Amino acid sequence: MSARQPMVEVRGARKSFGAVEVLRGIDLSVERGQIVAIIGPSGSGKSTLLRSINHLETLNGGEVWLDGVQVNQNLHGQAFERHINKVRQQMGMVFQHFNLFPHLTVLENITMGPVILKGMPKTDAKALAHSLLSKVGLAEKIDAYPSRLSGGQKQRVAIARALAMQPKVMLFDEATSALDPELVDEVNTVMKQLAAEHMTMLIVTHEMRFAGEVADRVLFMDGGVVVEEGPPAEIFRTPQKERTRTFLKKYLSA
Amino acid sequence: MQRVFPFFVEAALVTLELTALALILGLVAAAFAAAAKMSRPAILRAIGTVYVSLFRGTPCLIQLFVLYFGGPQVGINLEPFAAGVIGLGLNIGAYMAESIRGAVMAVDRGQTEAARTIGFSRFQTLRKVVLPQAARLMIRPLGVNTVALLKGSALVSTISVVELTYTAQRFIGSTYKPFEIFGVAALLYMIMVYAVARIVDLLDKRFAIA
Repeated sequence: MSARQPMVEVRGARKSFGAVEVLRGIDLSVERGQIVAIIGPSGSGKSTLLRSINHLETLNGGEVWLDGVQVNQNLHGQAFERHINKVRQQMGMVFQHFNLFPHLTVLENITMGPVILKGMPKTDAKALAHSLLSKVGLAEKIDAYPSRLSGGQKQRVAIARALAMQPKVMLFDEATSALDPELVDEVNTVMKQLAAEHMTMLIVTHEMRFAGEVADRVLFMDGGVVVEEGPPAEIFRTPQKERTRTFLKKYLSA
Repeated sequence: MQRVFPFFVEAALVTLELTALALILGLVAAAFAAAAKMSRPAILRAIGTVYVSLFRGTPCLIQLFVLYFGGPQVGINLEPFAAGVIGLGLNIGAYMAESIRGAVMAVDRGQTEAARTIGFSRFQTLRKVVLPQAARLMIRPLGVNTVALLKGSALVSTISVVELTYTAQRFIGSTYKPFEIFGVAALLYMIMVYAVARIVDLLDKRFAIA
């Protein structure tokens, strides 16, 4: 629990889908309160890396650590199940397609985790949901069903749902990729707000401008390896590697 | 015709009773079979698969004959009605198992992932997130299965269960009016099928996701 220890650490991560090697030895370290953006072309492995941190993908090699606890521990059966459920409670994850529970109201979507997993009294959970919804600007939608919300609203509720577990780190997997352009800002605003509150964040994104604004560090991935990493100013203005330059040229000219 | 009509109504009620009991048995068998087929242990999956392929891969009529005529040879002595309920129930259960499994698999994988990343166990995820959504998706297919069961129940007339079809056949001999007799039986089946379809519609509306 020392302050020097990274919040998230990945060592030598390897992952293959069949014959395709998607991650080919990734090292990554995220300090407490740090915001790391991961960019790269489709198929570069950035989403797989993020999903591996949450153990939605099982690595073929390497280690993932969260705040001094190994995520992909060598446990089996029920023992691993108990371990991973505990670890996941400490990581919030936000998906490209929101994945709100359509049969539950916004309130129930948010309170379900704290009530069932942490035994939080329902009144407390409701107060928590209310304050989180106010934070993301959706307090009036507390009793709505997800089908009544726009994409941007859904994603903000999904962020509130993840925050309700009071996670140590938030993982964003292309959180704005499925949104209409005019709805992207409302989600980005919420993420910037979290950044200002020093939430530790890993953000997989295709939005270079947003990555530049919010991230402390940018990782450029291609072909399952980290090609280059550094502060956004360096990566975006003076990239060292040819691969990075080619990629950015395509994006920034678009 | 007016003389025999009360017998038809009574027989239709037997058909309904037969259908209702077979439906209950079928749903129970289907729930177990679907759960087995989707479980992790290979042996359970195999049991589920064998049950479903056996009962979907052979004629229901043969299954009824094996149970009712073949049963006594291996020490299973059943009354016609009981054999009818068990035979029809096990048969429709195999179809319903696939309806249930289809509905569960139709729930977006992202739902499971979202629940798991919050920290819910496999079981909690199934109970709180997947099944409530799957339950709504399986209403229509199970309704289709129930209509098939209701109409298919005519088969048990061959093992002398006194239901609608059997009753109709019985009156041919005394009336010599097969067109009218079978026409009335058909009409009664249609009324019952319509009623089932209405109930399924109501359930579907009632449980629609807002």
